[in-house]
Amino acid sequence: MSTRATIALGVALLALVTLPYWLTQIYYVNVASQILFYAIFALGVNLLLGYAGLVSLGHAGLFGIASYATAYLLAAGFGHTLSIVAALIIGLFSTAIFAALSLRTAGIGFIMITLALGEILWGLAYRWISITNGDNGISVHGRPQPFGLSLASANSFYYATLFVFLLCVIVVTIFVRSPFGAALKGTRDQPRRMTALGYHVWMIRFWACMFSGLLTCIAGILFVYYTQFISPQTVALTSSAEVVLMVISGGPATLLGPIVGAGLVVVVKSVVSGFIERWNFLLGAIFVAIVILMPEGLVPGTVRLWKLGWRKTMARRRPAVIAKTGEPAP
Amino acid sequence: MNFWILLTVNSITFGGLLFLLSAGFSLIFGLMRIPNLTHGSLFMLGAYVGATFIIGFIGLKFDFWIAAILAALVVAAFGALCERLLLRRLPGDQLAQVLVTLGISFMVADFCLMVWGGDPISVATPQHLGGFIRYGIAVFPLYRLAIIGIAALVAICLWLLLERTRLGAMIRAGVDDPEMARVVGIRVSQLFTIVFALGSALAAFAGIIGGPILSVYPGLDQDMLPLALVVVILGGTGSLLGSFVGSLIVGFLYNFGQALLPELAYFILFLPMLLVLVVRPQGLFGRQLQ
Repeated sequence: MSTRATIALGVALLALVTLPYWLTQIYYVNVASQILFYAIFALGVNLLLGYAGLVSLGHAGLFGIASYATAYLLAAGFGHTLSIVAALIIGLFSTAIFAALSLRTAGIGFIMITLALGEILWGLAYRWISITNGDNGISVHGRPQPFGLSLASANSFYYATLFVFLLCVIVVTIFVRSPFGAALKGTRDQPRRMTALGYHVWMIRFWACMFSGLLTCIAGILFVYYTQFISPQTVALTSSAEVVLMVISGGPATLLGPIVGAGLVVVVKSVVSGFIERWNFLLGAIFVAIVILMPEGLVPGTVRLWKLGWRKTMARRRPAVIAKTGEPAP
Repeated sequence: MNFWILLTVNSITFGGLLFLLSAGFSLIFGLMRIPNLTHGSLFMLGAYVGATFIIGFIGLKFDFWIAAILAALVVAAFGALCERLLLRRLPGDQLAQVLVTLGISFMVADFCLMVWGGDPISVATPQHLGGFIRYGIAVFPLYRLAIIGIAALVAICLWLLLERTRLGAMIRAGVDDPEMARVVGIRVSQLFTIVFALGSALAAFAGIIGGPILSVYPGLDQDMLPLALVVVILGGTGSLLGSFVGSLIVGFLYNFGQALLPELAYFILFLPMLLVLVVRPQGLFGRQLQ
C-alpha cells in the first residue's frame, strides 16, 4: 500500500469514527448508519456482480428473509441473541437454496432466475399474511444490548453499525485477495479454462453466493434493528435494483466502489425525497444515464478521468516529450 | 361442479393473457437476446392508455376494441423508440440491457402513478360481451371465452407469421444465427425494431383486454413481469410453443392456487419452475439459456 493510500485510509477511518462529533444532528448520524448497512449489502452483492460476474436481481429477497426472520422471532417473544443467530441460519439456508437453483445457469439465465425468485419472495412477504402480516408489516420493539451497552440512541447504533461494517470490509478484503478470490475472478473471466485447470467452477460460485448471502443477511438484520419495522416494500424488486445500482454506480469489482455507491444512493434518496414525492423515476433515470454514460462506475470512472487529467497536465508541462512519442515511426 | 368449470375457464383465460404477454417477451429474448424487463410495464402502460381511450380522452371516446388497438399502437411506438434510442447502443451487453430496461420500467411505473394516480381504474366489459352462455348446468362468462378465442387467434396468426411468411423466415434465421442472417442480406437491425414493436404491441393489447378482469392499478407491472419470466423459464426462450404451454401451466397453477391456497398462490408457481430448472435448465421447448 502506498503512503498516499495509507493516509487516505487513515483520514477516512478517523472521519468515520468521529462522525457523530462533526455531524451533530441526529438525522445525519442516522443517514450515516443507513449508508453503512447498505454498504455491507452492496459489498455482498458486489462479490457476485463484480468478482463472479453473476448479476442477482433477487438479493432483496435474501435481505428480507433475514429481516423478517428477526422481526418474526422477536415478535414471537424470543431473545435478541437467539433471534439474530436463527435469522442468520435461516438466511444462509435460503441462500443455499437460492444459489442451488439460480446457479443452474450463468449470465442472463442467472439474472432471470434470481429476479423470479426475488419476486416470489416478495409475493410471499405480501400475501402470506399469517407469517408476515402482509402489507402492515411487523414492528420490532427495542434493540439488542451487547455487553450491556444500549443501542437505543442514534450515536450508539451508528457505532455498532460501524463496528460491523469495518469487520465486514476487513473480511471482504481478505476474501478478495485470497487464492479463492483469484479463483472466483477466474470463473468470471474464463470459466472453461478454469474447469480445464481442475477448478470446480460451480462450487466456487456456490461459496461466493453463500458469502454474499451472509453479508446480505447481516445487512438485513442491521436494517430491521435500525428501522424497527419491516414490510414487503423492503423485499420488492426496487430494493434489489437499488443495491445493484449502488454497485454499478460505484464501480463493480472494486472494494471502495460499492461503499461509495451506497453513500451516493442513500444520500440522493434521502435528499431527493425531501423535495419530490417519488424517487423511482429518478432512480430509473440515473440507472439509464450511468449505463449509457459511465458504464465502468463512478470510482473507476473518476480514477480514469483523474489519470487523463494528470496526463494532460503533464503533457502541457512537457510538450516536447509527447510530440516525440506522438510522431509516426519513419 | 360449476365452481370447477368456472375455475378452469378462468385459468385458460389467464393463460391466454399470459401467452399474449410472454410470446413477445420470448421472441424479443430469442431474437435479440435482450432480457426485456420493461415487458410488465408495457402491459401496464397498454392497460392505462387503453382505459384512457375508453373512458374518454380530450373529448374523444372510443369503442373498447378500437381503444385496445390504439393502445397497442401507442405502446408499440414507445417500444420501438426505446429500442432505437437506447437498447441499440448496447448490443451484446446483457448486463447493461437488463439495467436499462429495468430503469425504463421504474420510470414507466412512476410516470403511470403520476398521470393516473394510485387508485385502481376498472375497465368496463364491452357491452355485447357482458353476458353469459349456459350449457346444461354450467355457466360461462362470454367475455372470458372471447379472450380465449382472441389468444388462440393470435397464437395461430403468430405461428403462421413465423412459419409461413418471408418475415417469419427472416426472424427465425435471426434467432438461429444473427451473423449468418446478416451475411445473406437480411436486415437484422430492422427486424429487431419490428420484433420489439410487435412484442410491445402484444403486451399492451394483453394489458387492455385483461383490464375488465384484472383492472388497472399501480404495481400491475410487478405482478405480471415475474409471471412472464416464469412462463419463459418454463417454456424455454424463443419458442412460441414453449410460451403457449408455459402460459397455460402458469394460468392453471395461479388460478387454482389462488382459489385453494390463497396465501401460497404465488409460491405454488415456483414449484414447476423449480422442477424444470432441475430437470431441463433450458426450459421445456427451449435451447440452452446463455
